[in-house]
Amino acid sequence: MRVPLNWIREYCDPPLDTAAIEERLTMTGTKVEAILHHGVPSAENFVVGRVLVAEKHPDADKLKACKVDVGDAAPADIVCGAPNVAAGQTVAVALPGAVMPGGMKIKAAKLRGLPSNGMILSEQELEVGAGSEGIMVLDGLTVDAELAPGTPLAEVLAISSDVFQLEVTPNRPDCLGVYGVARELHAATGAPIAPEPWGEDPGTDGPVAGAEVHVECTDLCRRFTARAFADVEIAPSPPWLKARLMASGQRPINNVVDITNYVMLLTGQPMHAFDLDRVAGARLTVRRAHKDEQITTLDGQVRTLDEEMVLIEDADGPTSIAGVMGGERSEVEPSTKRVLMEVANWNGPNIHRTSWSLGLRSEASARFEKDLAPEQCSHAQAVATRLMIELCKARLMPGTIDIADPTVSSPPIHLRERRVQAILGMPVPLERQAAILGALGFGVAHAADGLEVSVPPERRNDVSREADLIEEVARIHGLEALPATLPARRGAYGRLSPRQQARRRAVDALVGRGLFEVFGWTFTAPTLFERLRLPDDDPRRDAPALENPLSEDHALLRTTLLGSLLDAASRNVAHGIADLRLFELGTIFSLAASRPTGEAALSDTGVHEHQALGVLLSGRVTPVTWGSPSPPRADLFAVKGVLEALADALHIPLECQTGSQPFLHPARAATVTSAGRDVGWLGELHPLIARDWGLDGAAVMEITLDQLLVEVPMRTYRDVISFPALRQDLAVVLPAGVPAGDVLTVVRSSASALLDDVRVFDVYTGAQIGEGKRSLALALSFRSPERTLTDEDVAPVRQRIVAALSELGGELRG
Amino acid sequence: MIERIEQLRAQAQQEIAAAVTSDAVEQLRVRYLGRKAELPQMLRGVAALEPQQRGEVGRAANEARRALEQLIGQRAAELDAQALEQRLLADTADVTLPGTPPQPVGRMHVINATMRELEDIFLGLGFTVLEGQEVETVHYNFDALNHGPTHPARAHTDSFYVREPAGHATKQTIDVKAGHDSMRLGAPTDLVLRTHTSPMQVRAMQAHPPPLYVVIPGRVYRPDSDATHTPQFHQVEGLAVDEDITLADLKGTLLAFAKTVFGDERDVRLRPHFFPFTEPSVEVDVSCFHCSGKGFQADGSRCPLCKGEGWLEVLGAGEVDPNVYSYVPTTERNAPGYDPEKVQGYAWGMGVERIAMLKHGIPDLRLYFENDLRFLEQFG
Ligand SMILES: [Zn+2]
Repeated sequence: MRVPLNWIREYCDPPLDTAAIEERLTMTGTKVEAILHHGVPSAENFVVGRVLVAEKHPDADKLKACKVDVGDAAPADIVCGAPNVAAGQTVAVALPGAVMPGGMKIKAAKLRGLPSNGMILSEQELEVGAGSEGIMVLDGLTVDAELAPGTPLAEVLAISSDVFQLEVTPNRPDCLGVYGVARELHAATGAPIAPEPWGEDPGTDGPVAGAEVHVECTDLCRRFTARAFADVEIAPSPPWLKARLMASGQRPINNVVDITNYVMLLTGQPMHAFDLDRVAGARLTVRRAHKDEQITTLDGQVRTLDEEMVLIEDADGPTSIAGVMGGERSEVEPSTKRVLMEVANWNGPNIHRTSWSLGLRSEASARFEKDLAPEQCSHAQAVATRLMIELCKARLMPGTIDIADPTVSSPPIHLRERRVQAILGMPVPLERQAAILGALGFGVAHAADGLEVSVPPERRNDVSREADLIEEVARIHGLEALPATLPARRGAYGRLSPRQQARRRAVDALVGRGLFEVFGWTFTAPTLFERLRLPDDDPRRDAPALENPLSEDHALLRTTLLGSLLDAASRNVAHGIADLRLFELGTIFSLAASRPTGEAALSDTGVHEHQALGVLLSGRVTPVTWGSPSPPRADLFAVKGVLEALADALHIPLECQTGSQPFLHPARAATVTSAGRDVGWLGELHPLIARDWGLDGAAVMEITLDQLLVEVPMRTYRDVISFPALRQDLAVVLPAGVPAGDVLTVVRSSASALLDDVRVFDVYTGAQIGEGKRSLALALSFRSPERTLTDEDVAPVRQRIVAALSELGGELRG
Repeated sequence: MIERIEQLRAQAQQEIAAAVTSDAVEQLRVRYLGRKAELPQMLRGVAALEPQQRGEVGRAANEARRALEQLIGQRAAELDAQALEQRLLADTADVTLPGTPPQPVGRMHVINATMRELEDIFLGLGFTVLEGQEVETVHYNFDALNHGPTHPARAHTDSFYVREPAGHATKQTIDVKAGHDSMRLGAPTDLVLRTHTSPMQVRAMQAHPPPLYVVIPGRVYRPDSDATHTPQFHQVEGLAVDEDITLADLKGTLLAFAKTVFGDERDVRLRPHFFPFTEPSVEVDVSCFHCSGKGFQADGSRCPLCKGEGWLEVLGAGEVDPNVYSYVPTTERNAPGYDPEKVQGYAWGMGVERIAMLKHGIPDLRLYFENDLRFLEQFG
């Protein structure tokens, strides 16, 4: 909200400069987001002048040569181009040395041969009004006295004002009015506060002759007040009022409309002026709209309403959307003679809903949606009535229409003196607590162990509990004084779970192996599944969908990390970085109940979430150097190497079995299993998919980490020191189709506990062993924790291994 | 005999010294010390000598043999060393060529690295790390955090709503306190992508009895997209509930955080603010590390980081609102439960992207999710 500082100062004027006031407001909870400036940079050299003579310029038809009394001994010669300048007018004058809002400096000059020592100003030039009809005439600016020429202009008109851009938190609609901000400043600085501007009300109670209001929905309209004015003179507002509105960011329109805006800015309570003669039947009805009922709002748009929206209608139909925006039909016009001033209180949540669903926000709805207090209606009526009489020469008709639910009253709140210190961790003396709450407008009485506090109506929604009062005390007392202490932490201690530790280890292992971690989008495009060639029944197509995505490309929650890894790779390749070693650790989502859920199944949402780990390798797996100018390119075994490093780091066995994925090379892909459970896949990317992402091939992998880390095993010691291992090699020729994994499984299961380890160290195919055959060289390692083994010890085991291998079609080689 | 021995020894010494190849030395060894050589034969023949000669001749022959063995060994080693040296010299390297790097290390993503740094700080302060789910119920994301039924954060312009899985009924979990369904503005479903890590506050309290000290790192979502907003970002939530945790304790805890992340000289200040689930609520500023909190730089110009404020807004926090405790049912798991007259505590939520941005001078949040290696390799 924009608030001119000089308007605040009218009610509370601490002896502080703008920066100091900003600091006090910000540090007590009304954050000044920016300090703007409205009008001329400095009020110096702007004075009131009286035009003594205004004659046509001898050499220019459109100019007038004026003599203007500016308070000096001799009148000033000023050449003026405004058509309306005339002798006898009281005007605003910029003398040489004055600086205009745009930065232009006024200098003594000659215009078409005549001296011109200053400038007679228009509203626009001073930014105090929007009128364009020539210079501003100050006649009748004040009722009591004529303005003396030479009077500094700033004394009669706010021509130069600092303006605060305030961030008003949603709990403080009272600060959406200038007086509310002034009260904050009063509490924050101790400077005196002027009486409430609605203290004196010229109005009277009772019915209003010739106007009627009927409220059908008292649940949504908690109070409706109206006053009628006759003999209204519609005219531009006086300069001071226009200047206020302009500095607050509002455009002046006419005195009646300006009064409604001024009152809203001052009190925080929006109001609306009807042309009473154009209210058909002189009767307003407040009711819920019918389904699909239409209304044309002031901005010329046709709006379609629903049954939860409230409208105001007269005998000819709807005139406005209650609390949001008026209609075109009964607006105040230049010809208006009688005005009905409406001030109502609307159900905040309902206004919020209406304005939200119509996409229609206004200054009024922004205030109503925060739930104002019904009492504020009276504040606005009082101020508006005074101004209508004063500025529009209006005659107040007796009575006030006031339809209200019995006023809600809030019971007093008990504030325990010691509770303040218990929550804040610093003492605030009882008298100080009482003074702060008093300054904020609370009623304060002493009670047994603290205070009995009554809440002013406009704070009722925000302050209803002891905790709320403690906040009020704390923010005004000042949090600067708060000591910095640490909690006692009785018995509590911090830790990472074994799973979290393992996850860190996984990340560290991958980073240590030269992989870069990427953070992809959780959001994914529905087209991804097609691009990945997923068949229709692939569970990964069953992705949770957003109701309100930012774009179609971000419409779903990802079910695999592959998409974001490919996007990251593609982006880097497009920038000329072709050697990529990427991994991502992130959540993947699934609606498919059939997928195993592991521990992550805390879901009470029906959406399954898993921590997945994805890897993408593309280009060369190690850097090119002069010593190795063409290192190998990423392939199945490179990504499997990453998998093995991960398994090693986590101490969790991970195995690969022949398996396929629609997006992988059909013959170079594997399913990853751990302890017999399917935990993921790896392989070389299908060339068509690689091409789609602009990659020259890639090896990829994805495993579901939380399924892997269900049990993080504790490591226990094994004696491999006391006795050496016995190593033997074994070369076996097998049919080429037998997977090495099967061979190792057979070896392990046929051997006794003496077999400590077996691995493939060479693979041979060729003429020596014949077509359709493959030779695997196995390194066997035998070990006993009790003694040093000999060849004789392991001979029977070796025989069993050989026998088992022969069942796979294997023969010992050479 | 003795003379012959001396003669052999002298002759051999001369020849060994003159030998210039290992082969020559080996030949000399065979010639003087080999099985058929004269000296060993003399030694073998000692037994056949007169008893009075035996001692003298034996001693002399032995002495000569040992001396020659030593000389030959020495000479062979010398020549080996020389040969090695020559081979080495022939193997000349251009030391000005670049070295062969080991497999270079990769990098953690700067967000993950920052989250880990934050986790470690709070682990050190006695907090346990918890994680939550990213698809949340409206109940935990808003209702249980004391957001009124019409709080603007619920609007579909401020939260992503997730279409409810077929046959799933979260409606039943709605708390009546949140009000009439039709009043939940902009809530087309009862599932959201969590807009903050705060839903885990109530979940954590449901699962654990007090005292509770937890931090919750995680990814969160809001539908904004520009240089300072991305629709996904990360937070680290903090929650401490015990008998007597004060706002001053919050300040102390966050001061420790600020000093660790931004430097030992940092200070923090608490500014009153409003959040639905804390009371009192504060925004927490850290003194600017670029200008040491002065607001201007050494040359007198305005500090570009804090824009002359001297302070950087880093996070929102406060004492847990008593209403939040009322959303925590007491069960076997968290007994004795969370009675706001018996427990109190603080909570905060800090933006990881913002902290990393301030710390590393990253100008545009979108860089975090573009995954350009030239960006990634600078951090982590
Ligand atoms: Zn700074």
